[in-house]
Amino acid sequence: MLSLIYLIGSVTFIVGLKMLSNPATARKGNAIAAGGMALAILGTIFLYRHNGQGLHNYGWIITGLVVGGVIGLISARRVKMTAMPEMVSLFNGMGGACAALISVVEFEHMAGTLADIPDVRGQLGIIFAGMIIGAVSFAGSVIAWGKLNGRIRDISFQGQHILNLSVLAVIVLLTIFVTVTLPSATVALFASVLVLSLIYGVFFVLPIGGADMPVVISLLNSFTGVAAACGGFLYNNPVMLTGGILVGSAGTILTILMCKAMNRSLKNVLIGAFGGAKAGGVAKEQGAYKEISLSDTAVVMAYAHKVMIVPGYGLAVAQAQHACHELETLLEGRGVEVRYAIHPVAGRMPGHMNVLLAEADVPYDKLLEMEQANGQFNTTDVVLILGANDVVNPAAKSDPSSPIYGMPILEVENARSVIVNKRSMKPGYAGIENDLFFQPKTSMLFGDAKQVLQQLVAEIVNSL
Amino acid sequence: MEAVFSFLEQHLELTYIVILSIFLGVEVISRVPSVLHTPLMSGANAIHGVVIIGAIIVMGQASDENYLALILGFLAVILGTINVVGGFVVTDRMLEMFKSKKTK
Repeated sequence: MLSLIYLIGSVTFIVGLKMLSNPATARKGNAIAAGGMALAILGTIFLYRHNGQGLHNYGWIITGLVVGGVIGLISARRVKMTAMPEMVSLFNGMGGACAALISVVEFEHMAGTLADIPDVRGQLGIIFAGMIIGAVSFAGSVIAWGKLNGRIRDISFQGQHILNLSVLAVIVLLTIFVTVTLPSATVALFASVLVLSLIYGVFFVLPIGGADMPVVISLLNSFTGVAAACGGFLYNNPVMLTGGILVGSAGTILTILMCKAMNRSLKNVLIGAFGGAKAGGVAKEQGAYKEISLSDTAVVMAYAHKVMIVPGYGLAVAQAQHACHELETLLEGRGVEVRYAIHPVAGRMPGHMNVLLAEADVPYDKLLEMEQANGQFNTTDVVLILGANDVVNPAAKSDPSSPIYGMPILEVENARSVIVNKRSMKPGYAGIENDLFFQPKTSMLFGDAKQVLQQLVAEIVNSL
Repeated sequence: MEAVFSFLEQHLELTYIVILSIFLGVEVISRVPSVLHTPLMSGANAIHGVVIIGAIIVMGQASDENYLALILGFLAVILGTINVVGGFVVTDRMLEMFKSKKTK
């Protein structure tokens, strides 16, 4: 009976994941996977038998489920759209910690009687693997979370990669040593591997630039999947195995896809930390930028034929998506063609902008993907950039010394004029200057995206 | 090395599942529009919450006097549940927004 339930669970995960990769079915897919998960959990609670014995400690289990469920539900409901990436990272860390804890408890069961257990090396290896991967994923996810919400800065120092690799090597060697020789000091060694794994997780993520966090989170996500699969081996549990491995492999592919969207390799993201070698481009004389007033902006936009809006993280921070949609409908009402140019990695996560604009009911067909948008800039009168920076930085095409060189960008400089809304002249997340702001076509409109957009709307309604 | 082989032989079925699942995961994800990267990552994040099953088993097998196992297991159940529930709810919230646009 229970194996049947696990089979159903596994199938729902596969179907759910498949449906999640298509916009039309995504939501249903999520619900199906959630249903399968609920079934698998309930089945485990009530039907699990090991050597003919059921589970006990129901009080603890139910309490844990309720407490965790309430915390999960509340935090997921309350979190702002802009903070989604952090939230996902944190949830991922919880999963990693859960996997690591399972290994710790299972190890504790075995520790005293290692020699008497048949097949002890295989089990011990799996326990170590689950613990290491889970702990790395947990520590890394917490760091990624702190980086995304600005609590932790990028820290990198000379020889950090060497140190990281050495820590990893020690972890692997210790694990092999313990599983092969079964020494008497297993507990101490297990504990040191646990500590080292946590340290490695921290060091692994610390030097990686904030702009690359989505890739890192996706990678850690697949780590947790593998850690969960280790549990599947441990308990001979097919649903944990399918779910875990599925996420492990799908997560890896997703990570690579994300890197591709930025035209970078995974190795480059993990090792080539932004800000490490910033030799070129910093001392360059930038010249002057020009500012544009609100009323001028209103006029320029209201009398354009075609306006392209380029949203970025600034839009997300200011929660300006509704104001943005308002401006768009207002302009469309006056016969201006308005489109959005969406860079695949605009914001803090791929698809961030789509989610945000969808929240404000911006019609789907107004959102242009990068290639489409790039084909239309030469027929565009005004480009309005809302808090985007690196994704429109021409240095990605022209300056080989730039850290973002090679990343495909939105070629806004092909449009007739460019208006950039930013809070200040501070450089973007990659920490580099943007030549675009100093080009003669470009004018700057400083201020919080939401306020600026609301004022623009008022200006157009009242005076034009 | 011998231990590895004997372990694999004993868990042959599971090993099959692992290998097939790897290909399946790759196949399922390969053609996904970048719009869906974030929700997909979040959905996958929720799915690896299956570790919760392991946590429940650990908890349910812990003996009453083993406080270390009870406490750690309890913690694992809580963390795993947060992962599962939070993961699915967050994903749903993200996707909800795609939906509202569709019906319009």
